[in-house]
Amino acid sequence: MAEQVLMLALSPTMEEGTIITWHKKEGEAVAQSDIICEVETDKATMEYESVNEGTLLKILVPEGGGARVGDPIAVVGESGEDISSLVQEAKAAAAAAEKPAAGQPAAEPVEAQPAEATPVATAEAAPQPAEGAPVEGLKASPLARKMASEQGIDLRSVRGSGPGGRIVKRDMDKALRRAASYGPAAAVGIAGVAAAGAPAAPAYIPAGGIPAMAGPTASGKDEQIPVSGKRKIIAQRLAESKYSAPHYYLRIDVDAGAMMAARTRLNARLPKEAGAKVSPNAFLIKFVAETLKKYPPVNASWQGDTILRFGKIDIALAVAQEDGLITPVVRDCGSKGIVQIDRELKILIDKALSNKLTPEEYSGATFTISSLGTSGILEFTAIINPPGSAILAVGRIHKVPVAEDDGSIGVRSQMILTLSCDHRVIDGAVGAAFLSDLKATIEYPIDHLY
Amino acid sequence: MELLRQMLLVRRVEEKSAQMYGLRKIGGFCHLYIGQEAVAVGAVAALDLKRDYVFTAYRDHGHALACGMDPNALMAELYGKVTGCSRGKGGSMHLFDADKHFLGGNGIVGAHIPVATGAALKIRYKKENGVVLCFFGDGAIHQGSFHESLNLAKIWNLPIVYICENNQYGMGTDFRRVSSVTDFSKMGVSYDIPGSQMDGMDALKVHEAVKQAVQRARKEHQPSFIEAVTYRYKGHSMSDPATYRTKEELEQYKSQDPILILKAQMLASKQISNEQFDKIDAECKRISNEAAQFAEDSPQPAVETLHEDVLV
Amino acid sequence: MPVIAFRQALKDAMDEEMARDENVILMGEEVAQYNGAYKVSQGLLDKYGPERVIDTPITEEGFTGVGIGAALVGLRPIVEWMTLNFSAQAFDQVLNNAAKMLHMSGGQLRVPIVFRGPNGPAEYLSSQHSQSFQAFYAHIPGIKVVAPSTPYDAKGMLKSAIRDDNPVVFLEAELMYAWKAEVPEEEYLIPLGQADIKRAGDEVTLISFSKPMQMVLEAAEALEKEGYSAEVLDLRSLRPLDEQAVYTSVRKTNRCVIIDNDWPMAGFASYLGWLISNNCFDSLDAPVELVTMEDVPMPYNHGMELAVQPTVEKIMNAAKRVMYV
Repeated sequence: MAEQVLMLALSPTMEEGTIITWHKKEGEAVAQSDIICEVETDKATMEYESVNEGTLLKILVPEGGGARVGDPIAVVGESGEDISSLVQEAKAAAAAAEKPAAGQPAAEPVEAQPAEATPVATAEAAPQPAEGAPVEGLKASPLARKMASEQGIDLRSVRGSGPGGRIVKRDMDKALRRAASYGPAAAVGIAGVAAAGAPAAPAYIPAGGIPAMAGPTASGKDEQIPVSGKRKIIAQRLAESKYSAPHYYLRIDVDAGAMMAARTRLNARLPKEAGAKVSPNAFLIKFVAETLKKYPPVNASWQGDTILRFGKIDIALAVAQEDGLITPVVRDCGSKGIVQIDRELKILIDKALSNKLTPEEYSGATFTISSLGTSGILEFTAIINPPGSAILAVGRIHKVPVAEDDGSIGVRSQMILTLSCDHRVIDGAVGAAFLSDLKATIEYPIDHLY
Repeated sequence: MELLRQMLLVRRVEEKSAQMYGLRKIGGFCHLYIGQEAVAVGAVAALDLKRDYVFTAYRDHGHALACGMDPNALMAELYGKVTGCSRGKGGSMHLFDADKHFLGGNGIVGAHIPVATGAALKIRYKKENGVVLCFFGDGAIHQGSFHESLNLAKIWNLPIVYICENNQYGMGTDFRRVSSVTDFSKMGVSYDIPGSQMDGMDALKVHEAVKQAVQRARKEHQPSFIEAVTYRYKGHSMSDPATYRTKEELEQYKSQDPILILKAQMLASKQISNEQFDKIDAECKRISNEAAQFAEDSPQPAVETLHEDVLV
Repeated sequence: MPVIAFRQALKDAMDEEMARDENVILMGEEVAQYNGAYKVSQGLLDKYGPERVIDTPITEEGFTGVGIGAALVGLRPIVEWMTLNFSAQAFDQVLNNAAKMLHMSGGQLRVPIVFRGPNGPAEYLSSQHSQSFQAFYAHIPGIKVVAPSTPYDAKGMLKSAIRDDNPVVFLEAELMYAWKAEVPEEEYLIPLGQADIKRAGDEVTLISFSKPMQMVLEAAEALEKEGYSAEVLDLRSLRPLDEQAVYTSVRKTNRCVIIDNDWPMAGFASYLGWLISNNCFDSLDAPVELVTMEDVPMPYNHGMELAVQPTVEKIMNAAKRVMYV
């Protein structure tokens, strides 16, 4: 029996996708789990794994064409089957449907499929659980599970507010708004640091520099830019985080000399391949991880009735993309060395820049680092990236005159760290102690071993 | 003549049923009427089934045939086939023929007595001149439903004849052990209903008595109560070894076989010859055999039809 | 539109049907000369005479069976049980005769009869006179069981029940007889087997029938004042059950509380709860809650009597439990 192949929700917030490439031609055999095409979603370009077996009888949406979640994109069946009625149906549906699907258009047609076809975070797929609990053991209402499966949300990244920590509809509603943890890291700085009109740039700037922004339109007229799905999500999630977590900010200046010297020595020892040099970010990530080990309350998440202390330390780094922001996550930083962290980070950043990160790779960070140093920003305050309760904003390394012990004036390399904390989870004293300890660790790493 | 023929038919059909039960064609309860034929046949012969109704309990094969049910439909119902009178859904205890005004075939002891009384209410209400015959056994006479019904029939002047077929055993219990009053005709008197007791082995006597009661019901709208003393030659049902009576007792009643009694009466008055009797008997046997064959050849009801006729 | 009492709505229904079809008769204890133990049949004897409005002795099994017999052969009797408590004595007639006649006769015999009377606890009557019977009757295939909660529903449904060719057990309640509401003068029928949304809402579905409905609506009002939107579904009919109405509502609100003024074990609410769990599983944000009577015989003491039954507070608490607030 021939069946229509439907567009699936390949990201938690995807409502429609564009077919970039077809990997199969009409007439080719298709087996379950074969990649039949690549689809650009609101987040990244995803591979579409087939759930049907048979022959690809007809491609309904060509390369470059778009389809909403739930729309038919192809027909698979036995070769020689008459599929005219299926094709008609598809055309009629495409013609008739003008209204954009508001919520979950995929609900009915996709029900049977998401678990297999979509490479979203589910029990079998996810490699590093945020807090180590298996999805099967999680308490969640049937409705919440359905919502999670339809929207491709990892239940482990959701805080349950029901009895016994049960995840219920209102938790899923919240999670949907902040589901994919778009790094809302780059926020407008305070104290006039951010240049007016300058776009927020992230820690890692692509080799070619920041993509050139178009200047004001030539004619001088106002221009309405339609808000993309991605931007909508960023907007929603940033607002949600800012409005629900009571933010406070702690600023400390850190002597970066020791760290930079260590980095230089390390890179000198490494093989001379391109891209082998370890970035300062990897150092920062490791220092933060080691400090977090001593401050579990900072590696935690507000659950309503409880505070969830994460079992592992997963740190995200904010990365700028052409059209937005994403936060790839390095998992289990507590048990990895700086070199390994750096290697993983480089792979993740690559994927981020080519829009190929999977939801497991950009969700569920327990702590986030954002840096605008390379853009020249001295200091700024960032917006917390859920499910974490704190974010570290890193300014540029600059030279400052300091008073030495003997009264003379020396020059040091300094950077200003600003820690944003969720006051529901992290009290001022705790945040301060953490930040202070972080400074000490960065400046005297060896002391950390004592 | 008709009485004799009917009694013979009942006898042969019942014997056939017993045989088929032994061959496992019929299952569950099967209450045979052998020995009591005179009562049903004699009584129903007094009716006009276009306006009269018959109710009985679960020993109903005889009454069904006396009302004119097709033996094929009866046997097929015993076999549970879709061609049975109740489409296989009733079985031995729930034979019904709405056309012939034979309203069962009721399984709960005594529970049909008020129902029969209700049919009489309708006749009275609609001024129809009909009569209801309500048969039940000595086992039912102590049920509250019996007493409630007689009271209602009297206060409302209902055209109904209650006939208690006293075959002397309520299943395994001799009626004398469980009855404060052993002359059941007295039961009617408690409700100011005329009652009489009579010999249930003599079809002509039964017929006469019932005819009178039916008249009273039709003309005067008065209920009557008749106790017909009879005997069943087989156990209460097929699973009853009937150890509660002696062989001698059984033999004694067998010598009072109602069929033989009527035959003797008719021979005496030259209304029949032995050859004629044998011919009728052979005919009845043939009909019985054919009924069994018909039942055997009939299809089972489709399983899905179990959902049919739950609600109208 | 005239505002009339529940008891009058019932009377009007019977009156209209008796006028329409001469086969409809009414029988029961005190229905004629006394004008009805609860005055439901007031005036019917005067209008239709003793042949059609019949006082019976206190013989439930007897007159219930008589009603069934009359129905078998063409009449359309209404049998009034003074209270459903006394119907236990007639239970065999309903169970074994009325319900099964059509099926065991292979479709030959119909029983177009209505059994009606007040069901469930009234006040101060102690256990033997406070029994709820919905579970016992709803259990039986071959009959219909209905339970209206407003004068409007009562009239339309009783008319339909009388016209129905199946046996119908029509459950009323003593304390509802005085409830007043608008009932149109023009004739109307309400089909059996249809539920009714008495109040629309979207956060939780409250399902009930018969006397508790008033309390359920009060609870919904109170919940609204606290900011919660409850949908109130009046089943009106237990057999047949309007499953689609139930599922549509629960799939909309994702949460359900069933209120049944009966004992909990093997009660009607338990089966409905299972149906919802089974058919709305993926829509449920919380398990289905039941608010029932306590599992005890009804005491005489009035305070205890009220504590045994559902209350507005119990209903609200159950609703809040499923909303996790």
